[in-house]
Amino acid sequence: MNIRSQIAMVFHLDKCIGCHTCSIACKNIWTDRKGAEYMWWNNVETKPGTGYPTKWEDQETYKGGWEKNGDTVSLKGTGKFKGLKNIFHNPYMPVLDDYYEPWTYKYQDLFTAPEGDDQPIARPVSLVTGEPIEIKSGPNWDDDLGGSPDFARKDVNMEKLTPEQEAMFQLERMTFHYLPRICNHCLNPACVASCPSGALYKRGEDGVVLINQERCRAWRMCVTACPYKKSYYNWHTGKSEKCVLCYPRLESGQAPACFHSCVGRIRYLGVLLYDADKIEAVASCKEEELVDRHIDIYVDPFDPAVIEAATANGIAMSTIEAAQKSPVYKFVKLWKLALPLHPEYRTLPNLFYVPALLPGMASVQDGIYNSTTKSLWGGIDTTRLPMKYLASLFSAGNTEKVADVLKKLMAVRMHRRGVTVGDLKADEISQAMKETNLSGNTADEIFRLTSLATFDDRFVIPPAHREESIEMLENTADVKGNTGFGFKETPARGL
Amino acid sequence: MLNQLLFVALPYVALAIFLVGSIYRYLYKGFKVSSLSSQFLEGRQLFFGSQPFHWGLFFLFFGHLIAFLFPSTVIAWNGQTVRLLILECASFAFGISALWGLFALITRRLTNKRVQIVTSKMDVVVYLVLLVQIISGLCVAYFNRWGSNWFAAFLTPYLRSIFVFDPQIDAISTVNSVWLKIHVVSAFSIIAIIPFTRFVHFLVYPVDYLWRSYQQVIWNWDRRSIRTSRAHQVGEKSKNN
Ligand code: HEM
Ligand code: SF4
Ligand code: SF4
Repeated sequence: MNIRSQIAMVFHLDKCIGCHTCSIACKNIWTDRKGAEYMWWNNVETKPGTGYPTKWEDQETYKGGWEKNGDTVSLKGTGKFKGLKNIFHNPYMPVLDDYYEPWTYKYQDLFTAPEGDDQPIARPVSLVTGEPIEIKSGPNWDDDLGGSPDFARKDVNMEKLTPEQEAMFQLERMTFHYLPRICNHCLNPACVASCPSGALYKRGEDGVVLINQERCRAWRMCVTACPYKKSYYNWHTGKSEKCVLCYPRLESGQAPACFHSCVGRIRYLGVLLYDADKIEAVASCKEEELVDRHIDIYVDPFDPAVIEAATANGIAMSTIEAAQKSPVYKFVKLWKLALPLHPEYRTLPNLFYVPALLPGMASVQDGIYNSTTKSLWGGIDTTRLPMKYLASLFSAGNTEKVADVLKKLMAVRMHRRGVTVGDLKADEISQAMKETNLSGNTADEIFRLTSLATFDDRFVIPPAHREESIEMLENTADVKGNTGFGFKETPARGL
Repeated sequence: MLNQLLFVALPYVALAIFLVGSIYRYLYKGFKVSSLSSQFLEGRQLFFGSQPFHWGLFFLFFGHLIAFLFPSTVIAWNGQTVRLLILECASFAFGISALWGLFALITRRLTNKRVQIVTSKMDVVVYLVLLVQIISGLCVAYFNRWGSNWFAAFLTPYLRSIFVFDPQIDAISTVNSVWLKIHVVSAFSIIAIIPFTRFVHFLVYPVDYLWRSYQQVIWNWDRRSIRTSRAHQVGEKSKNN
């Protein structure tokens, strides 16, 4: 057993209101710079939809992630041979137009326009070339199903479900949910493996995946390799950049900006301990087993054997305690309510999603708008988004996995309705609870962490002990009385 | 006098600038060492420029290196006319490929608005010296046949004499070919400007990727060795700082 600690995350999709506050919080801190205007380390997509960059899930085009290769995995579009062969021109790299051309407006024109009969306007100008442009797309152009024929219908996850797909696009059945995405800080990161110059690395102490800006040489392989397209190329500095999980905030005990600002309080963050010896075996297992074995790689932080192995690996007791209180551990391991996004990419992502339990259906019959189900919420197999669609997102096509989660969420709802309103039949509730193996106490706990959780329940951040790690760089006795790290280079573009 | 300047002074100045400049830039201006890829802004035209350009240069580079290190092998190979023709035609083809690629790259820079935004003054210098270098090389190959044979007699001794700090310029200065002289002078000029241009990118070609393990994990603090170590200061500087 080789125990390591990882900062992992859960997003509860039922609670996301699609306000994009998270994206803005991130943008204002990290990517409001030349060359990075188009980057959204955190973005919120509408599903069904094509996402950002357009059709990022289409790995036949972008060749991201790993593929199973016997007992191991190999990178789909990059790697030692393919990467070095394609280093002069990367055939699978998304270009600016696959994201969108960033723009601003000539606000000054509003003030300086000469007096006339018409209102002055602020024309949009490209942030790349500075020329006037016609805006053709943006980072969430298809928000709330806008332009569905062009976007929602081209969702990669729908390719396999033609009949249901047609049903989905009937007006009465139309539905969507939001999908906020950040870097998953994967256990088997394809971006790290693809980098020829070794600029990308995973931090041992908390598993955050970073790009060393001094070693990045713009070979731009990580952009291709990340199947989630969460590594971005800065066209101005000639260096790639990605989500840093706000590590300076984490190190001082604060939640990352997107978590901190989340209006729907959908985000949870905490430590998971995992067995690093199993990474290769899990990443290369059969597709049907992927979800189970991925969740199995995380170990029980209360198990004395695990605690012993973790301490032997140098994991601080404070981190182990954080792992025991981790809300992520509860959602992912204890309650099995959260699933990884596209596990079939085999990067073993550390961001898990509680799928949305979509609202009951209604349709217009004889001019009357009415619920189509007899009971209040209806069965989960009649959810408006086909189960196959959700399975394609969260369980590599295994509908049972998604159904299990939705059933549990439904059981919790029924239980709570029984407690607060009491208009449901008792045996109906106990039937649902029994089917999902939930006790009343667990259901209450799930309810509490879902709906009433405070800041400290949602974010359990282990102390980073940076005060010790400074000793690796400097002899603290020598630099007593000084401040700072003493190495800093302005990030200016090379010649 | 001019010969002394061009074939003795220039090479040493160039090599000195190259060594000091590149090491300095690598160590202290690491952020500025990058291939400065512009593929993100324009991908299609780049394919038709970058691929023929780089692959042409790639083989030419190794051709020059072999001729410099093992001239007798090249001459032995050229013993048969067919083989000589194969070698000369192949080299010429790679030269044409590089030139074609360079033209495509220059056209791209001139016509694409987005790429123009990321074109610096030094890029213009780079394109100019590369044009001179490749065109003069092709002219040498065409007008002064067969280079792969006389290379050993005229150039190898001169280049070697430079590297052993005993410059012998008789052979090169008596050569009756302007193209060859241009080619040599522009080659040393390229070496001199490496640290000040995007040329640095080929110095950091990632060969070590071939033997490195795919995943990289870096600890900020090796608590395990801290516990077992007796030294007061165990710290090994981490690679990423
Ligand atoms: C084998 C080592 C080399 C590698 C791996 C390499 C790689 C690259 C890469 C990745 C780019 C960026 C292409 C893009 O825009 O995406 C580039 C551009 C360039 N390289 Fe190289 N290169 C190598 C050798 C050379 C050599 C030997 C020269 C010339 C002496 C050279 C001259 C250039 C020039 C002029 C550009 C700019 C092309 C443009 O965007 O117009 N490279 N190289
Ligand atoms: S999501 Fe992409 S960028 Fe983030 S760690 Fe995984 S492979 Fe790397
Ligand atoms: S801030 Fe929270 S609720 Fe709003 S879009 Fe982001 S994840 Fe959803």
